[in-house]
Amino acid sequence: MAKLTLDGLRKLREQKQAAIAKRDPSNKDGQIIVGMGTCGIAAGAKETFDAIIEELKARGITRVQVRQTGCMGLCHAEPMVEVVAPDMPTVIYGQVDAATGRQIVNEHIINKHLIDNHICDKPAMDIVR
Amino acid sequence: MGYKQYILVCGGTACESNQGNALFNALKKAVEKSGLVNEVQVVRTGCLSFCGKGPVVKILPQETFYVEVKPEDAQAIVNEHLVKGRVVSRLLYDKKQSKRNVGIKDIDFYQKQFRVVLRNCGVIDPDKIDEYIARDGYKALEKVLFEMKPQDVVDEVSKSGLRGRGGAGFPTGKKWSFAAMQPAGQKYMVCNADEGDPGAYMDRSTLEGDPHSVLEAMTIAGYAIGADKGFIYIRAEYPLAIQRLENAIAQSREYGLLGSNILGSGFSFDIEIRLGAGAFVCGEETALLASIEGRRGMPTPRPPFPAVKGLWGRPTVINNVETLANIPVILLKGSQWFSKIGTATSKGTKVFALTGKINNSGLIEVPMGTTLREIIFDIGGGIRDGKAFKAAQTGGPSGGIIPPQFLDTPIDYENLAKIGSIMGSGGLIVMDEEDCIPDIAKFYLDFTVDESCGKCAPCRIGGRKLLNYLDKICKGEGSHEDVQNMQEISEAMTRASLCGLGQTASNPVQSSLRYFADEYREHIEEKKCRAGKCRNLLRYSIDTAKCVGCTACARVCPVGAIAGERKQPHVINSETCIKCGHCFEVCKFHAVARA
Repeated sequence: MAKLTLDGLRKLREQKQAAIAKRDPSNKDGQIIVGMGTCGIAAGAKETFDAIIEELKARGITRVQVRQTGCMGLCHAEPMVEVVAPDMPTVIYGQVDAATGRQIVNEHIINKHLIDNHICDKPAMDIVR
Repeated sequence: MGYKQYILVCGGTACESNQGNALFNALKKAVEKSGLVNEVQVVRTGCLSFCGKGPVVKILPQETFYVEVKPEDAQAIVNEHLVKGRVVSRLLYDKKQSKRNVGIKDIDFYQKQFRVVLRNCGVIDPDKIDEYIARDGYKALEKVLFEMKPQDVVDEVSKSGLRGRGGAGFPTGKKWSFAAMQPAGQKYMVCNADEGDPGAYMDRSTLEGDPHSVLEAMTIAGYAIGADKGFIYIRAEYPLAIQRLENAIAQSREYGLLGSNILGSGFSFDIEIRLGAGAFVCGEETALLASIEGRRGMPTPRPPFPAVKGLWGRPTVINNVETLANIPVILLKGSQWFSKIGTATSKGTKVFALTGKINNSGLIEVPMGTTLREIIFDIGGGIRDGKAFKAAQTGGPSGGIIPPQFLDTPIDYENLAKIGSIMGSGGLIVMDEEDCIPDIAKFYLDFTVDESCGKCAPCRIGGRKLLNYLDKICKGEGSHEDVQNMQEISEAMTRASLCGLGQTASNPVQSSLRYFADEYREHIEEKKCRAGKCRNLLRYSIDTAKCVGCTACARVCPVGAIAGERKQPHVINSETCIKCGHCFEVCKFHAVARA
């Protein structure tokens, strides 16, 4: 990667903004985002992350991207997982162990049901978007 | 097939105990009755906060938020909202929302939190610079380098009213202007990431979740004050934060956002990481600078202030992680936008690490001026196990213990100082009736005595003396004279200590003596600890009327202090009893009494 110029940076931002817009639930692809701060990892987020990837693979789902992010702030409910799926409201699940991670793939992604007892509230509005 | 709408019913402890279960069943039944089973899913959730107004119900995708919903209201929600598409206005949290039609997506009207510092935490992948850039990352730097003069940047930050988030609350713009005024030459920009208060982890989470925001801010600060070199001083106990920072620095260098001639602007700036070995005193700025220079981390008298004479004798600005994370937003959205948030003297938001006896512990960010009650009961979900709130502690070992009468005080720098505490870096520890105040004061003193560098006598000797007195009191051996001595020593430490550590170390003692004098008196006069924490003051006995002689207590007693025949009342021999409390915990008949 060559060093950026001002124009280069602006172009890159535009491009990547489009890529991030994929998080819009109207998009055909889905995203599963796992909170991987120290609090999440300590609560088992790595196992959750792996379980979700395995389950997606086992079910032959290729259009759902699994990503990591930092602490969402709801440390009491770690590991946290945000799910963006087509035609579904975007929700944040808490206390997602490996088994619940697999359940997210099967129930939320495939059957399009929300999962009982794990939904948390998004803590605040987004000031950037 | 997917559903069209979702009814989320809060299943948090508070709502559950408030007919939440009956409400859930009533909603399910109402949905069935209306023939919407295939269109509406009723889901139970974790705590949705607002526990004081429970049970709460949220309808997706409209994000309508209903509070104090009773099972009788289920039919109305289904008939009106789901079938006819009209909100049930009497149940709304925000009655203003009733003017809007269902279907307009207008979220966040009820949310207490406002995320400026944590804007990207939990949103972007911290290992990918592109995601930061896509969310307006490095856009503030762009603006600064190509549209603003260094002085404009300092002015903008001054106008925003931003104050240091590391504890003392010094105006950031002023700090920058001191360094900017120094004659040109080698200057340094330092980020203080030596977060050390017990229970505080705001800075760690910010660096782990959004490292580029700090790098961008440091570069902007470097441009404003005329520094070309930055250091991040971070404790070695934060391996993940360090790893993500290293990765972020490497990516920024690759993109040319750090290094020479940034974006072709002619301005050069680079950042290095320095690891601290986890000494609390190194969070103090002069000790921190000594540690970066490779010397032992000990404070030196100020003035000269680091902005004039800092790292290797050169002008240096030291800002805390949270302070810096605000900078890009201030420059992008403008000082006016920023100064609208908060109170008259404290602008913007504050991140708190909410811990202790609270249901929803976690990292929160609220506008300055939010009350403790809102933080603890609305966001934090109240006290664990339905116990009573006793006190909150802000500012870690340098802060005070805040009693219930100040729950409704808007939190800002001035108000906290007025009630004997400090904002501090943002640790907020909640205590319930089972916490003993002298014991808590002892815990903090124990910490500061351990962490005192020993350079000045007031801190080194005063802290130790305070700790000894507290120890005596907790053992039931204290006197009123001890309390008086503690007060005098506390004042002397505040006035005479060399650095902030010693100056504030007595705050937990002073504030607890002020607000919880009763508890000290009980320990001294009645030899009683109402919280049941001070072991020396406890007496265990068995209520013979309640004891059924199950022998459970005798079996767990590690010293054989409990005697009694099977099916006959047992007795505790107080001579041998070591007050471990095992019998108290194991008794199913509440026959063991602790006093």
